[in-house]
Amino acid sequence: MTIQATDAVLLDIHERMVRIRIFEEEAGKLMENGKVPGALHLYVGQEAVAAGVMAHLKDTDHITSTHRGHGHVVAKGGQFNEMYAELYGKAAGYCKGRGGSMHICNMEIGMLGANGIVGGGIPIAMGAAFSKKFRKTKEVAASFFGDGASNEGSFHEAANMAALYKLPLILVCENNGFGEYTRQDNHQAIVDVADRAAGYGMPGVVVDGMDAIAVFEAAGEAVARARNGEGPTLLECKTYRFYDHVGVRGMGLSYRTDEEVDAWKRRDPIKLLEEKLIEQGISTKRKISAVHKRVRDEAMAAIKFAEDSPLPDPDGLLEDVYYEKA
Amino acid sequence: MAEAQLKDDQAPRKLAYVNAITEGLHEVLKEQPEAFLAGEDVAGAGSVFGYTSGLLAEFGEHRVIDTPISEKGIMGLGVGAAATGCRPIIDLMFMDFLGECMDEVANQMAKMRYMFGGHARLPVTVLTMSGAGMSLAAQHSQSLEVWLTHLPGLKVVAPATPYDAKGLIISACRDDNPVFVLLNKLSLALQGEVPEGAYEVEIGKANVLREGKNLTLIAYSRMVHEAMQAADQLKEFGIDAEVIDLRSLSPLDTDTIVKSVKKTHRAVIVHEAVRFSGFGGELAAQIQELAFDYLDAPVGRVGAPFSPVPYSPSLEQSYMPNAKRIVAETRRLLGV
Repeated sequence: MTIQATDAVLLDIHERMVRIRIFEEEAGKLMENGKVPGALHLYVGQEAVAAGVMAHLKDTDHITSTHRGHGHVVAKGGQFNEMYAELYGKAAGYCKGRGGSMHICNMEIGMLGANGIVGGGIPIAMGAAFSKKFRKTKEVAASFFGDGASNEGSFHEAANMAALYKLPLILVCENNGFGEYTRQDNHQAIVDVADRAAGYGMPGVVVDGMDAIAVFEAAGEAVARARNGEGPTLLECKTYRFYDHVGVRGMGLSYRTDEEVDAWKRRDPIKLLEEKLIEQGISTKRKISAVHKRVRDEAMAAIKFAEDSPLPDPDGLLEDVYYEKA
Repeated sequence: MAEAQLKDDQAPRKLAYVNAITEGLHEVLKEQPEAFLAGEDVAGAGSVFGYTSGLLAEFGEHRVIDTPISEKGIMGLGVGAAATGCRPIIDLMFMDFLGECMDEVANQMAKMRYMFGGHARLPVTVLTMSGAGMSLAAQHSQSLEVWLTHLPGLKVVAPATPYDAKGLIISACRDDNPVFVLLNKLSLALQGEVPEGAYEVEIGKANVLREGKNLTLIAYSRMVHEAMQAADQLKEFGIDAEVIDLRSLSPLDTDTIVKSVKKTHRAVIVHEAVRFSGFGGELAAQIQELAFDYLDAPVGRVGAPFSPVPYSPSLEQSYMPNAKRIVAETRRLLGV
């Protein structure tokens, strides 16, 4: 049974997508201008996936993410101040400056971290789903990963166990066509990662990952199955990242054409949703601009907050390696 | 054992190492409703070593869970479940299978708390079987403890006796950090005193098994018993050896080691793992850093040669360190 998005839900999804886009645009500038240390893998272009899935999840539901994880944190409810502070390596960051972009997390909203290891989050999400079933909750877990990660052993082991134990897990494959810089047809012999679901005895669904409404509807079915104790679903969202693998322009490697990027940009998921919102009378150009402005202002204030906040005390280097009883 | 609480009118109860493991798991599953035991053949089969026997019948399939042969999956299960309110006990059948799940161990389990700025807590215990001596050859006989001790975020314990096996399992499962309990397959039938009920053996505390005056033998896991035999044999050469059972490799009870070496002025370290790059290198370094002026001889190390564990009994016997080799190496170092 398809869950239709109400007007309020569509506006909520739109807001989440705009928040991701603007967070990432500004993060990209910070990286390219040398304002933040380390490497950022940006989510621009893939917003419909995080927003469409996360619209079904509560704070008590858990997710795991990837090295391209900011979008998942934002969509799950992460706050800009703590996120930018983490990118800056500041004490006020979600991980107190110990994790950075590739490990950004927020346990309070069920976000079990970005993950620097491709496929690293999938068995962890399976374990979280196991915990939810073990503790007899109605909560679910979702794992976001890419087409590249679907070639890792961790994906296969976790998928098999999730199906075997009928765990409340949604495996969300964001197929952006590349494993790092290697094109999909050069890293796997299949076109649809969702085909792999059959091998584990779970439904596999392919959806247009640039269409937020389509993602929302497909994710709704998968989440409902999980909450009803019917087991996991592999949901493949066909999408594209507009920026480079790392940063915005990245290392300037020639692995895709400008024409290809432009073609995908014409299907910008935010633009597609905004056209629908206006066409269906749910919003107006003016209201949409106001959302963009409000979020941009929030991002700029958060960047200021991050810049002004202190670095971690070097004396605290060894804190948090172990849990110690108070 | 010093910690055993015995009633005056009762002979100490003896139990095999294998049954002590079972009792430890039993106590934990009884006291912690959020604990479960998961691993290959731990439920229906009672584990290939027999130490989970009876647990399925008592605690049911909800708590004692057979998994597919999928070590990445099993270890990920432990990480994800521990981070979300469970207290998983994961059984990794052979330590040699660490290679199948090293990402989950090294990059996820060990680091999650730190990477998350202290916002995650991972009360997960991993039991795994180490050691040679059963002709199981190169992939089922290794002692790979340094793969784990090199990782900040993990605790690593290696019980030598039935008493410590039960107590360390209970302590590990009550700890809110990831703890690896390294069991030893050749010790499974070893008998020792084991009290009934729950008790802890403190993680990070070594045990001085035998006091001595002029040599400290430092060992862990099964090599503790070889060291004790060696200490007996060394008497005839005028060496009165103290024997320390480390019990915990990480955290390490450096104080007990240093205190002993300052008293005896000589140390020989014994482990079953390959000597080169082994844990003994760390111990020797710490001893020379902290007790250099007290040393009357170079710190010795007895370990396996730089070779995979062989299959044939004759080769394997020659591979494994034993009391005889400890005595020989000690005599060589001390010139007696």
